[in-house]
Amino acid sequence: MMNIQIKNGRLIDPKNNMDALHDVFIAAGKIAAIGTASKGFVADKIIDASGLVVAPGLIDLAARLREPGYEYKATLESEMDAAVAGGITTLACPPDTDPPLDEPGLVEMLKHRARELNQARVYPVGALTYGLKGAELTEMAELADAGCIAFSQADAPLTDTRVLMRAMQYAATFGFSVWLRPQDSFLARDGVAHDGEVATRLGLPAIPACAETIALSTMLQLARETGVRLHICRISSAEGVAMVRAAKQQGLPLTCDVSMNHIHLSEIDIGYFDSNCHLIPPLRSLRDRDALRAALLDGTIDAICSNHSPVDDDAKQLPFAEAEAGATGLELLLPLALKWAEQDGHALSNALSKVTQQPARILGLNAGHLTIGAVADVCIFDPDLYWKVEPAALRSQGKNTPFLGMQLKGKVCYTLINGQIIYQG
Amino acid sequence: MNNPQLNKHGELQHLLSTEGLPVAILRGILDRAATFVNVAEGREIKKIPLLHGKSVFNIFFENSTRTRTTFEIAAKRLSADVVNLNIGSSSASKGETLLDTVDNLCAMHADMFVVRHAQSGAAHFIAKHVAPEVHVINAGDGRHAHPTQALLDMFTIRHYKKEFHNLRVAIVGDILYSRVARSQIHALTTLGVPEVRVIAPKTLLPTAVEKLGVQVYHDMRLGLRDVDVVMMLRLQNERMQGAALPSAQEYFKYYGLTQDKLALAKPDAIVLHPGPMNRGVEIDSSVADGSHSVILPQVTFGIAVRMAVMSMLAGK
Repeated sequence: MMNIQIKNGRLIDPKNNMDALHDVFIAAGKIAAIGTASKGFVADKIIDASGLVVAPGLIDLAARLREPGYEYKATLESEMDAAVAGGITTLACPPDTDPPLDEPGLVEMLKHRARELNQARVYPVGALTYGLKGAELTEMAELADAGCIAFSQADAPLTDTRVLMRAMQYAATFGFSVWLRPQDSFLARDGVAHDGEVATRLGLPAIPACAETIALSTMLQLARETGVRLHICRISSAEGVAMVRAAKQQGLPLTCDVSMNHIHLSEIDIGYFDSNCHLIPPLRSLRDRDALRAALLDGTIDAICSNHSPVDDDAKQLPFAEAEAGATGLELLLPLALKWAEQDGHALSNALSKVTQQPARILGLNAGHLTIGAVADVCIFDPDLYWKVEPAALRSQGKNTPFLGMQLKGKVCYTLINGQIIYQG
Repeated sequence: MNNPQLNKHGELQHLLSTEGLPVAILRGILDRAATFVNVAEGREIKKIPLLHGKSVFNIFFENSTRTRTTFEIAAKRLSADVVNLNIGSSSASKGETLLDTVDNLCAMHADMFVVRHAQSGAAHFIAKHVAPEVHVINAGDGRHAHPTQALLDMFTIRHYKKEFHNLRVAIVGDILYSRVARSQIHALTTLGVPEVRVIAPKTLLPTAVEKLGVQVYHDMRLGLRDVDVVMMLRLQNERMQGAALPSAQEYFKYYGLTQDKLALAKPDAIVLHPGPMNRGVEIDSSVADGSHSVILPQVTFGIAVRMAVMSMLAGK
């Protein structure tokens, strides 16, 4: 294994409250020293990080790799490549593959395939119910043994509250986390846009914000009842945020994430039916967007995720409602997290915390920091470099994003995993 | 964001929606339509050669006889070659994508597409993908827009009321699912109607309807008071199957236009309906056939308005 010295970089490690110019020394795949090398350290490779930020590798809570089942949208190879190009060293993938991740064998296969690629660490989120059908519990303990880090319904509905309660009780028995995206499936039926001004004007079938709050209320009450560790995925409304804030204040062991698209965009960005803005959950009003941003700052929302959902062109080249929902995201997570902090005047470390230390905490991993002795998963990026989001600039097989054509600031220069340079930009 | 309906000189490139159209273009269409009204009346030969040699493709992904026919007549009176395609019963059912269908028709050197589709935004989508010399007319997309219907309604209103700036207009019925209502609202507010009302139960109104610049009434008797124009909407039968309405009978009792409710409007009020009518559901026969009704003139004017739109798009 190579000894690496990263010199002259600005080391930002949110967990250790570090933001200063320090060299980082890596040996045997771990952070060996910070500032000055330990005795006898000889660098095999020196990375000059002048003008660059040296940060923990990013951790993404929601990245759809589309395997198994949807290889025509994206493959493990293409998306793992995209992840490291985006500075992501650890990612969790939702269970909505085909078949869904409801059998230990599928999970083992995915873990194995991902390991072979020797790129980002992949943590599958197992299906909470068989086939994500919301009726029968999966073998959660077996799935956890196979490598599942949490259990979820992805975007599939779980309307039967008795099943939901049983699922939470069973998960709580073993101390597993349950990840849920709150949406009442009756109120959301056929909906493709936020029930507001834009859907009214464009005549798009709509999903009201109360579809989120009604489901959220059920989830919070069942979490109180069962004592399960609940993680709320992709919160999207101001009212939903207020409920999460109140529940946290009451001491519920709750965590929450938001998609990077939703802290920057609103229903207005749909413009004249831009199907790249057909997302799940729907882009809501400016007021909702502002509430999400404020909730990130005060810690109500713990983490930002990419909600990476590569969609093939044929599925996007359709009228808005018929176009498949989703956007590519792995390579935009870093610049969009930085953009939030810059626009609202927060420190860089604040943004990085939401994509390193905080998601690590949600996953229960000792990761997302650069403490001496920690595994050397590192992202080195130029915080001032603008790049244009265009298909050719993206490694992901998914080329659709609402940010297509925009200039974003923040470009990954090196990604290190286990002390090895996996990506160099 | 560029207005996809206008070219870089600010002229009409496509007609997709009445929203965002400059008032001068709206008035221009109505003025031109007025010159065409006489083409059909009192002339031995009903054709004029403005679109001679041009191909107009009526592509209907959703069934319609009436609208398609009026477009066909309008194009033929302008001497265009007209091709009617009922895509619902051909390519789409064979799995061809919308874009492939459009590309194929473009390859046949179409000059103009008249499009109807069940999805909101379909006409915008097609307009974005056709070659710059091809024009798209939206003949109805989902719940979004039906601009030529709204324009013929405006033409009818101007024909009887002369001006827009002194009118009180009520739109009654299923606003939520209606592309006609949305297009009417934008056209009326753009043309300067100071008071546009919508009258419907809450289940048939979109959430942010007041943001469109209308006043909301749930009580039809209050909403019709002193209006100059009553624009009725068709109630689709499927509204009775979901949870939107309990029954056609109850709907008619509270939101159907009857003689006694119409008596609350101004004495010279006119009644419009985009057709086809559900007599006894949204409108009583005595009103539909009565002296206030301008429903048949609407159909006649519809052809002139569509001729006006087509000839303007063709740059003639």
